[in-house]
Order: sequence, then C-alpha cells, then structure tokens
Amino acid sequence: MMKLWNASIGWIDDRFPLTTMWDEHLAKYYAPKNFNVWYYFGSLALMVLVIQMITGIMLTTNYKPDAAQAFASVEYIMRDVDWGWLIRYLHSTGASFFFIMVYLHMFRAMLYGSYRKPRELIWVIGMLIYFALMAEAFLGYLLPWGQMSYWGAQVIISLFTAIPVLGEPLALWVRGDYVISDVTLNRFFAYHVVSVPIILLALVVVHLLALHAVGSNNPDGIEIKKNKGDDGIPLDGIPFHPYYTVKDIVGVAFFLFIFAAIIFYAPDFFGFFLEHSNFIPADPLKTPEHIAPLWFFAPFYAILRAVPDKLGGVIAMFASVWIWFLLPWLDRSPAKSIRYKPFIFKFALFLFTIAFLVLCYLGLQTVDPVRTMIARIASGIYFAFFVLMPFYSTWGTCKTEPERVTS
Amino acid sequence: MSTEGVNVTRRRFLLASTTVVGAVGTGFIAYPFVASMQPSAKTQAAGAPVEVDISKIEPGQLLIVEWRGKPVWIVRRTEESLKGLKEQSLLDRLRDADSNESEQPDYAKNEYRAINSEYLVVIGICTHLGCSPSYIKKDDTHNLPGWWMGGFFCPCHGSFFDLAGRVFKGVPAPLNLVIPKHAFFANGTKVMIGVDPEGGAT
Repeated sequence: MMKLWNASIGWIDDRFPLTTMWDEHLAKYYAPKNFNVWYYFGSLALMVLVIQMITGIMLTTNYKPDAAQAFASVEYIMRDVDWGWLIRYLHSTGASFFFIMVYLHMFRAMLYGSYRKPRELIWVIGMLIYFALMAEAFLGYLLPWGQMSYWGAQVIISLFTAIPVLGEPLALWVRGDYVISDVTLNRFFAYHVVSVPIILLALVVVHLLALHAVGSNNPDGIEIKKNKGDDGIPLDGIPFHPYYTVKDIVGVAFFLFIFAAIIFYAPDFFGFFLEHSNFIPADPLKTPEHIAPLWFFAPFYAILRAVPDKLGGVIAMFASVWIWFLLPWLDRSPAKSIRYKPFIFKFALFLFTIAFLVLCYLGLQTVDPVRTMIARIASGIYFAFFVLMPFYSTWGTCKTEPERVTS
Repeated sequence: MSTEGVNVTRRRFLLASTTVVGAVGTGFIAYPFVASMQPSAKTQAAGAPVEVDISKIEPGQLLIVEWRGKPVWIVRRTEESLKGLKEQSLLDRLRDADSNESEQPDYAKNEYRAINSEYLVVIGICTHLGCSPSYIKKDDTHNLPGWWMGGFFCPCHGSFFDLAGRVFKGVPAPLNLVIPKHAFFANGTKVMIGVDPEGGAT
C-alpha cells in the first residue's frame, strides 16, 4: 500500500512539484517556536475565507439579484430553504468574524513589528487584502436590499461626488443609474460573487508566498534565521507541519465554539452584525432615522463625520485607511517587538487602540455636538499615532533584544 | 540578450512601435467594457416628467413624490415661515443665502427658491452624501438649536437646511438642496416635475 502511495507521489512529482511545495510551505517551513495566542488569527482568517466561499456559493443558488425580488429571495432562503437560515447566518456572521480576525491579525503585527524590514511587502499585500475585503463587504451588504443596504450604498457611492469635476460622472458610472437601483444591485452582485473573490484569493496566495520567502516574525521580533544549526535549519524554528497545524486546530476548535454560539443564539448580534433597519425592504424615498455603517467601517465613518466639510471629510476618511500602508516606514524604533520598545511607544499604541475603539463606537451613534467633539479628538489621536511615529519611535531607550527567542 | 550582428536601432524601433500599436489596441478594446457600465438607454429613458396634484396639501404639509427614482418634496409653506425666510438672523446663518453656488433653474433662483413662493419643490437628497433628510417643523421635538424655524435635517451626517432648502453654515453639506425643473398648471393646482414652465401654461 505504502509502495503504491510512494509510486503515485513519485509519478506526480515528475510532472508537478507537489512534494517540493508541500515541504516548502508546510513540512519544511520552519516557523519560530515561540508563537503565542496572537498567531492564531492569520490561519483563522483563512478558515473564515473558506467558510465565506462555501456558504456564498450556496446562497447564490437561491438568491435573486433583482431589486423587485432580492429582499424576498433572502427571506425565502431564511424561511423556506432547508437549512437556508444556517447558511445565511454563517455567511453574515462570517463577514463580521472575518474583520475581527483581520483586525486582531493586524494588531498582532503592530505589537511585534511584523511589518518591519524585511516584511514590508507582506504588510502591504496584507493591506491590499484588507482593502479587497472592505470592497467585498460593502458590495455584499447591498444584496439583501434592505433599508440599510440601500442607504449605506447611497452614502458610500456619493463619497465620489466630493471629487471636483470628475466626481459626479464617476458616481454615475459606478451606479450605472442616477440613483442606486436594480442596475446597481445587478452589477454589485457580479462583483461580489466573481471579481473581488478572485482578487482576494490571489492576494492571499501572494501574501503567503511572501511570508514563506521571508519567514515568520515572532513575539520577540528577532530573526530566527540568524541562528542556524549545522543542517541549515534555524535553531529556534520548528516545522509548520505538524507543530503549527496541530496548534491551529486547537484555535479552530475554540473559534468554532464562539462562532456557533453567535449563529445559534444571537445571529444579528444585537444589531451589530445584521442591522435592524435592514429587515425593512429598501425604500428610495425614505432614509432611516438612524443610519449607521457596519461596525467594521464605523471608525472611518466617524472620521468622515468629524470633519465639517464634504471634500475634507472624504479626504480624511480615505487618508485614515491609506495611512496604514506607510506603517513599515514610519516606525524607526531600533527594536521590532513591543517587548523591547520603550514606554512611549507602548503608550502611543495604547492611545491609538483606545481612539480606534472610541471611533468605532461613535461611528455607530447619532451625531450630537459632544460626540462630534470627542470624534475630533479621537481622529486627532488616530492620525497623530501615524504622523508622529517617525519621531516618537526613536525616543527612549529600548531594552536589549535577546540573541535567541524566549519561551 | 545578444546584440551581436543586430541592428539595435531597428530592434528598438520595432519594440517601441509594437508596444504603441498594442497599447492603442488595448485602449480600443477597453472602451466598450468601460462604456458598458454607463447608464443604459432604458435607464436614461426612465426620467420622464411626473405630474402631481397639489390641491390637497395643507399649509405646512410635505408631500413626497418619486421622480427619476429620487424623492421630490413639495412643501406648502405657511405665511409665517415665508416671512421667516427673509429674516436677517436666518440669512446670516446660511452658507449660500442667494443660491449662487447651488443647482436650480433660473426661475427658482430667488429668496424663496420657488416659482410660486407658497410651494417649495425640491429634490429631497442631501447634497452631502445622498441621504434623504427629514422634514422637521418649528414645533416638532428636535435636537436642533433653539432658533430653529422649521426645515430639513439629515440624520446621516447632521446637515440641516431651511424651508427653502438652503444649507446652514458649519454642517458637512456643501450646497443648497437641488430644485428640479418644474411648472405649475391647471390654475396652480397641479405641478409637473421635470419640465420648464415654457412647456405648460402657468
């Protein structure tokens, strides 16, 4: 039996680099041995991507991308299709969990300096994935054709109109109509189901290729490739498979506990994952009293609202997302990991995290003068974190980084 | 690449000319794809004028009708609110009291932004990011400043407009609300949205 197996693999290897790829990316990919709990979120994000693809394909088999039928077809999936409710809730909850995983994954990179040289491109590609994910979420949110779908899309596409001269024709071109309509729904469906997923998958492959070429960072922020044994294998490295595949399965099990609990007991998650207004069919004549973006867009939306000028607000909002790209070049600290960085950096990251969460909260609330003022202060902290980083990251003295990873 | 016995100039010329021809061809084939995303003939034809009976609107009441997929408001303004529109204290708070920047037909570019001062006909889409504002009268409960004399408040980003659709200072919306082409007929009991007054009797 084993002989037949080996022969089959050999036959394939002569024609396709199967064993080489397996070794390069799993069995002989040496990852640092000191990964902690923060290192779960990359593989979990990948798993959510798979969940989204499978449930998404299942949903398209019953969904109708037609303004007259879309809302009803989603309700049909929820009520009449066997297990349709489960597949739909897996998909809608999966969308929010994708962002939770990605935000935690990004925060991990900020903690341990995973974006620093030589991993700048991994970070940049990761940011592109994040962009594609935001586009995918935005496109997908129009499909149920509820009130929030409609008015959310209306607001986001209207962002283009802030661009002088070209803005109005551009918004018209994106919508394919003078307002959000059946035409818009139809094309958003195509992008959500075909274009963006292809881009997303390709980017994920490139992200992993870049990671495996450079090697993983670790909580100590030191390069394990500096200390290699006589066999050329990093002394602090362990093969990804079986060590980290097994570890990640533990993460998956824990993740699925929480994921399942939300799907079965709070699938709309108190209006955060599925907004209440979206259970009302789209009405082009009436904006809901309180319009709020989904939670994962809320920080940027709060920044948009904090600026009392149309073009200024849109510029600030886009800047708040784009500025992440520059992170690898803004951080000039001698140490990569937060473990060895001085207090000032820890404090800055702490302030930034608070500001991000506050903006996330404010983006979901109605506007009033006090909240606007808080949003402005938080936006200031948000931008200061990035803009001032080249300066404060060099202040203070770092602790000495160890030669070998600590356990 | 070997350059021995090669006419380098000719090779460069061929490379450049092939690239240019290829780029032009790519441009030609890209155009149909880009242009196919423009509004289709059917979509463009859907913008027919809409006729509305306004004889039943009470003073102070707002009627919403759909034109080109957008909400159009017809507000019958009271004597008191019309007077309020001319008060200096209000004009000082407006960003563009004379409607110089905003979009409206010439016949509605006046202090009431209307043909017939009693009836405001306006597209109910905020000039900020396209939400549809709410109509809030002077006596309604609201969170707006104490001097509020009635108008429109956008729940999305907190812009507000007076009863002539003029935007206030210090809010995100840059422009006054858009006044569509419209004409009154049948002794002013009906309004046609989407045509100029020359087309029908006033």
